[in-house]
Amino acid sequence: MTAFLTIIVLVLVAIAIWQMTKIFELSQVKSEKSEVANDKDNKLNGYLMFGFLVFIYLLTIISFWKWGDKILGTPASEHGSEYDNLMYISMALIFFVQIITQALLHYFAFKYHGKKGQKALFYADNDKLEFIWTIIPVITLAGLILYGLYTWTNLMDIDEEEGDPIIIELYAQQFNWKARYAGADNVLGDANVRLIEIDKNNVLGIDETDPYAKDDVVSQTELHLPVGRKVIFKMRSQDVLHSAYMPHFRAQMNCVPGMITQFSFTPTVTTEEMRADQGMQSKVQNINQLRAERRANGEDVDSWEFDYVLLCNKICGSSHYNMQMKIVVEEEEEFNAWMEAQQTFGEQMASAQ
Amino acid sequence: MSATAAHAHAEDHAHDHGHHHKETFVTKYIFSQDHKMISKQYLITGLIMGVIGIAMSLLFRMQLAWPGESFKVFELLLGDWAPDGVMDPNIYLALVTIHGTIMVFFVLTAGLSGTFSNLLIPLQIGARDMASGFLNMVSYWLFFLSSVIMVISLFVEAGPAAAGWTIYPPLSALPQAQGGSGMGMTLWLVSMAIFIASSLLGSLNYIVTVLNLRTKGMTMTRLPLTIWAFFITAVIGVVSFPVLLSAALLLIMDRSFGTSFFLSDIFIQGEALHYQGGSPVLFEHLFWFLGHPEVYIVLLPALGITSEIIATNSRKPIFGYRAMVASILAIAFLSTIVWGHHMFVSGMNPFLGSVFTFTTLLIAIPSAVKAFNYITTLWKGNLQMNPAMLFSIGLVSTFITGGLTGIILGDSALDINVHDTYFVVAHFHLVMGISALYGLFAGVYHWFPKMFGRMMNKNLGYAHFWITAICAYGVFFPMHFVGMAGVPRRYYTNTAFPMFDDLTDVQVVMTVFAIIAGFAQLFFVYNFVRSIFYGQKAPQNPWGSNTMEWTTPVEHIHGNWPGEIPHVHRWAYDYSKTREDGEYVIPGQDFVPQTVPLQDKEEELNH
Repeated sequence: MTAFLTIIVLVLVAIAIWQMTKIFELSQVKSEKSEVANDKDNKLNGYLMFGFLVFIYLLTIISFWKWGDKILGTPASEHGSEYDNLMYISMALIFFVQIITQALLHYFAFKYHGKKGQKALFYADNDKLEFIWTIIPVITLAGLILYGLYTWTNLMDIDEEEGDPIIIELYAQQFNWKARYAGADNVLGDANVRLIEIDKNNVLGIDETDPYAKDDVVSQTELHLPVGRKVIFKMRSQDVLHSAYMPHFRAQMNCVPGMITQFSFTPTVTTEEMRADQGMQSKVQNINQLRAERRANGEDVDSWEFDYVLLCNKICGSSHYNMQMKIVVEEEEEFNAWMEAQQTFGEQMASAQ
Repeated sequence: MSATAAHAHAEDHAHDHGHHHKETFVTKYIFSQDHKMISKQYLITGLIMGVIGIAMSLLFRMQLAWPGESFKVFELLLGDWAPDGVMDPNIYLALVTIHGTIMVFFVLTAGLSGTFSNLLIPLQIGARDMASGFLNMVSYWLFFLSSVIMVISLFVEAGPAAAGWTIYPPLSALPQAQGGSGMGMTLWLVSMAIFIASSLLGSLNYIVTVLNLRTKGMTMTRLPLTIWAFFITAVIGVVSFPVLLSAALLLIMDRSFGTSFFLSDIFIQGEALHYQGGSPVLFEHLFWFLGHPEVYIVLLPALGITSEIIATNSRKPIFGYRAMVASILAIAFLSTIVWGHHMFVSGMNPFLGSVFTFTTLLIAIPSAVKAFNYITTLWKGNLQMNPAMLFSIGLVSTFITGGLTGIILGDSALDINVHDTYFVVAHFHLVMGISALYGLFAGVYHWFPKMFGRMMNKNLGYAHFWITAICAYGVFFPMHFVGMAGVPRRYYTNTAFPMFDDLTDVQVVMTVFAIIAGFAQLFFVYNFVRSIFYGQKAPQNPWGSNTMEWTTPVEHIHGNWPGEIPHVHRWAYDYSKTREDGEYVIPGQDFVPQTVPLQDKEEELNH
């Protein structure tokens, strides 16, 4: 596949170079040599402009054909489908405008390439035209702005009173994630980096004296979420900026030292269900095939099973590229069972005494 | 002294004194106060920095396509940073950081705006030189100094700055967080502080010159669009660069004097630091208050240059001159109130996000008007496909492609999932990186005869353009898909996430295109250097252009015009203007230079 693409690239470049050498030779034959474009140059480059339009279209088609299915698939959160919807509408609009304007630009460049004796039209302004192409973007953009703002406001309106949200702290540090669940009282205990005690394994700096903190649960390896229940993430960072990016849930928020940021969504698809998703299955299959090929070449790679993942998406230092945490979305009962098995902060401190 | 010179002396003695002085090598080529020489200095310094910046991008693109593989070239260029030829993650981040810094500031701000503002402002408005030749010279040498410091920072032991070109603290403030945040970042900040001083001196000079030194008849509404663009760019620079300086100064304080402007509650390497009460978000605001207008500081000169080149080579007036000026003004105004769209998920108040979405999508309107006006200018023209024209058309193409995805990124809701992914990288490289580079190339091909008195080889120019144009799309179009797949930018390798494995072939395609594009620039370098010495001698007005720079002699003289400065009688775009009987205004010639008075039977139109 890669070889095929590389060949296409090389062929296109070869064609370009061949065309160039051709005009180069042609211009060498003539005795009077001018560095200003003559009719021949105009004609050739006019045609190339048209060719370039074809190239842009082809590139678009090939890209969609080859990579169109590589983009993020089924959204796994409640707002995800609304997000994708807005994205599709915007994309459709963009492609419509792109196809038309590029066509006009390159077609005009081809059609009106200079010829001796051709007279250009002195056409300096036209208020009506200007008005039309000012007002059309105004109207379309107004629509997009309203739709976008509506989505944004809904998303960012984080109400802890509404529904029955579960409160989880995402804690970022170079170069890993930790999660703290608010426990039975669903209130996170106070915390500050100055209270961190590594030897007592209080790595999040949770305030031991805060009664709310007793039932908090810290997970250092996995982030478990119950399906269908609103999650409110409170985010902290202990050193530099990080960004909690959960692409499958269409969710992202920066983690900023010195302040608590928040983001909220409701997961709607469990890990198991996502693994059974058709698009996901073909993606996993494809990737495992690639990995099998690499294994055959002596590389040390396992086959892959899909899991949701939390990535760091704000440059944070040398291992930024590997700052991740597995996310498990499961049924409420499974989640509760997992929760039961965890040590609370209170128990943890008691055992550290 | 000749009779004309004596006449000019009498007419214009305030400016004409240059003829009396003997110029030495040092005053002519090094500490020159002549705007034409300074513009060449800017150009050549900018191009050298460009070579460094582009070479860096090839290195990290190779790492992305073939992660963890050993390359001789890494070992050769990166030394200890590539043990056994395998790139180190820290130097990867440093390369990304310095590539961004160099391309945005040193190539596309100083190299583009510095070069052409200096060259064209006095020549196109009919002035003997800049308002202050001395400040102009200081501006260049500060730029040179900052370039040197930036290059020196590459050789610091703990590595150059590596916190991304946006240098967000705390990463950039704490050497404990990253090796590059030590001496490397100090030098980066010093270099940028000097750069800002240089930029401000330049900008103030451009503004004063445009406002005060226009020749008789050159009203603001007769200015070529190049000058409008440079003028407004300078205004944006004066408004926004000082804010970056303040951000840099506060960051220097935090780093060196223990203040807490941007830092709070930090626990790193086993200890809690004393910083309390600062906010990294404040830095983001200050940075992007410059950072976003900076996009337009880069882009507007390119758009101005192409406006001029497209009109000249279409043999048609630019369509909608007033709308173009209004667009420039609108973009300039809006550019200062959209910075928050870089910060939708920074943790700032979501209501602010709404406001910035609104202003950001507004800026699409003047941009769209500009694109449509360019296309209409081509319509029914007599297009002269000189290399400069090709690059200008290429600019409009990438400006549209890249600009459209801005509609996605400017929408706070949609930004959530593509923020800081390759989608962003693809967007801004097309809309400001490639577009502005095309503007730079277009400008060089078009005004090379004016700068060096010789022509560049057109066939090499064609080869340069077509290969670059194909490769630029080849690199950045597929990149959108990588971003839509959720791949974050600034990852040393994507192999830590099996979910990105199926994108390895895209990375290879992009890198192959990038390498070809990189080497295609050698056509330009060769053409540029060769033409300076052996190019065909340029005629006075090779492109049949209306603007005033082409009325000066090919040989540069101090003061630009040997005699009196010509007066201006019309706007700059009377191409293919005909009388009522269908004949050109000047029979047999399809252009009417600005210095030509209104002819018989000619109507002056209001544009």
